[in-house]
Amino acid sequence: MPMQFWIIQSLNSLALGGLLFLLASGFSLIFGLMRIANLTHGAFFMLGAYFGATALRSFDWIDLWFAAIGSGIALAVIGGFLERFVLRKLGNNPQGQVLVTLGMSFIISDACLVIWGGDPIPIPTPHALQAPTILFGFAFPTYRLVLVGCAIAVAIALYLLLERTRLGAMIRAGVDDMQMTRAIGIPISRLFTIVFCLGAAIAGAGGVLGGPILSAYPGLDGDMLPLALIVVILGGVGSLVGAFIGSFLISITYTFGSALFPDLAYVILFLPMIIVIAFRPQGLFGRRAA
Amino acid sequence: MNKIWVPIVVVFFALLPCVAGDFYINLGSQMMIAAIFALSLNLLVGYGGLTSLGHASFLGLAAYISAWLTTRAGFGNGTAALLSIAGTTVGAAFFGMIALRASGLGFLMITLALSQVLWGLAYRWVSVTNGDNGMAGLVRPMPFGISIDSATSFYWFALIVATVAFIMITVFVSSSFGASLKGTRDQSRRMAALGYNVWVIRWITFIYAGFWGGIAGLLYVYYNKYIHPSSLSITSSAEGLLGVIAGGSGTLVGPIVGSVLVTFLKNYASSYIDRWNMLLGFVFMFIVMVMPDGIVPGVRQLAARWKEPRK
Repeated sequence: MPMQFWIIQSLNSLALGGLLFLLASGFSLIFGLMRIANLTHGAFFMLGAYFGATALRSFDWIDLWFAAIGSGIALAVIGGFLERFVLRKLGNNPQGQVLVTLGMSFIISDACLVIWGGDPIPIPTPHALQAPTILFGFAFPTYRLVLVGCAIAVAIALYLLLERTRLGAMIRAGVDDMQMTRAIGIPISRLFTIVFCLGAAIAGAGGVLGGPILSAYPGLDGDMLPLALIVVILGGVGSLVGAFIGSFLISITYTFGSALFPDLAYVILFLPMIIVIAFRPQGLFGRRAA
Repeated sequence: MNKIWVPIVVVFFALLPCVAGDFYINLGSQMMIAAIFALSLNLLVGYGGLTSLGHASFLGLAAYISAWLTTRAGFGNGTAALLSIAGTTVGAAFFGMIALRASGLGFLMITLALSQVLWGLAYRWVSVTNGDNGMAGLVRPMPFGISIDSATSFYWFALIVATVAFIMITVFVSSSFGASLKGTRDQSRRMAALGYNVWVIRWITFIYAGFWGGIAGLLYVYYNKYIHPSSLSITSSAEGLLGVIAGGSGTLVGPIVGSVLVTFLKNYASSYIDRWNMLLGFVFMFIVMVMPDGIVPGVRQLAARWKEPRK
C-alpha cells in the first residue's frame, strides 16, 4: 500500500469521526440526562442535511456555515416540539418514549422521501475550501481538515458548557441524581427541553456539515443511526469523552475496514463493540450500566 | 368461556380457504408468518421485559442461510431448513451473550445495533447475499412429498406451523421456567437473591425466541421465494414489535391479534398508497400514546367492566 493511501484514509476516518461525534454527542447528552434513547437522531441528521441542501440551492447568498446554523436552529425547534408535546406525555414510560422516537423517525424519513425524492442532493463544498491543502508534500482535501476542526470546536464548546457554566452544572447534577436536583429547585423540566433541543441542533448542523462528503440522500438516517449507537455503546452513554473517543475509534475501524475488506466492513465495525461490551458493559467511559 | 372460542377460531382459520379467494388466502399466510414472528418476540418483550429492536435478525438470518444453501451450495430444502434453523439458533445464542450484558434501554440499543450490522452485511457482502438485488429463484420445499406451491396448500402448511408454534410457546410460558422468566421481568434482584440465575434464564429465552424467529424466517422465505436485505431492516423488526405491543405484550393471544392487524393494515394501505413507513410511524405513535397496554388487555378490561354490574 502506498503511503498516500494510509494518509488519505486516515484523514477520511478523522472526517467521518468528526461527523459521528456531532451525531453521537447529542444522542449521548440526551440519553445521559433524560434516559431516552432518541432513535429520531439519525432522522434529525438527515433532515438537517436536506434543509441545508435546499437552502443552498434556493438562495445564492447563503454559504455552508450559515446553512448549518440555520438547519441547527430549525432542528432545535422541531426537537423542542417533539420533546414538549410527545415525549413529555410519556414521562415515566421509557419504552414508550423509545418507540415514539422510532415512529417519529419513520415518519420523518418517509416525509423526506416524499418531499425531496429518491435522488441524492449534493451539497457543494465552499469555494474557498475546494483547493487541496499541501502538507508534508501530500495533498489533503481542505474541507475534511476543516470538518475535523469543526468537530473539535464543538467538542470544546460542549465541554466548556458542561463543566464551566451554571447551566452545565445543573445538567450534570440532573445526570447524577435527578430527584435530588429537582428537590433543590432546579427546573429539570426546562433542562430537558434545552438539552433535547441542543442535541437535535447539533445533529441538524452536523447533517449540513457532512453534506459535502455524504450529500443528502434517502436512507442517510439509517446509515448514520447505527454508527451513532455503536459509538455510544462503545464510549459509554452520557459521557462526552466517551462519545469523542468512540467516534474516532469507530470511524477509523469503519474507514480502514471498508477500504481493506469492503465486503466485511460491517462485521469489522462490530468487533470493537463486542470486545468492549464483553469486558465493560457500561462502555469505556460510562459510569453505570445502561 | 375461553375454551368455547378455541375451536371456533381454529375452524374459522382452517376453513378460510374454502370461502376466500387467493388474495385473502395469501394474506392469511402472511398473517401466520407475522404471528409466529410476533409470538417469538413476545417471549422477550412481554414475558422477559426485554424490548428487542433487532428481532428481524433471526428472521433474516434463517431466510438467508436457507436461500444460500439451496441456491449456491446445492443442498436440498430439508437439509437446508435444518441447517438454517441450527445456524440461526447458534446466532441467537451469540447475539444473546452480547445483548444481555445490558438490560432495559441498553439491551434495546445493542439489539438494534446488532441487527443493523447484519442488515449492512446483507447489503454489502454482494458475493454471498447478492446485495440489493436479493436472492431469487428459490423453490418451496415438499414436506412429506406434498407440494405447497398453491396458495391454499401453503396456507395450511403455515397454519400448522403457526399452531405448533403457538402451542410450544404457550407451554414454554406456562411452565415453571416461564414463571421464573416472569419473575426476572418483575423482580430481577429478588429472583437473583432467591438463587435463580437471572442471566441464564434470559439467555435461554433469547435463544428460544431466536429459534422461533428463525422458523418464521423459513416460512417467510418459502412464501416469498425471494429474499432481500429489507427483511433484516429496522422496519421489519419494528413491524413485529408493533404487532406485539398493539395486540398486548405479555399475553398469549395479543401478538396474534396485533400481527394480524398490522399485516392487514400493511396490505390494505399499500394497495392505495405507498407510504407504508409513514403510516407505520403514525400507528406506532398512536398505539404507544393512546393504547399502551394493547388491544387484548384493553378488550379484557372492557369485558370486565361490562360484567361487573351483573354481580
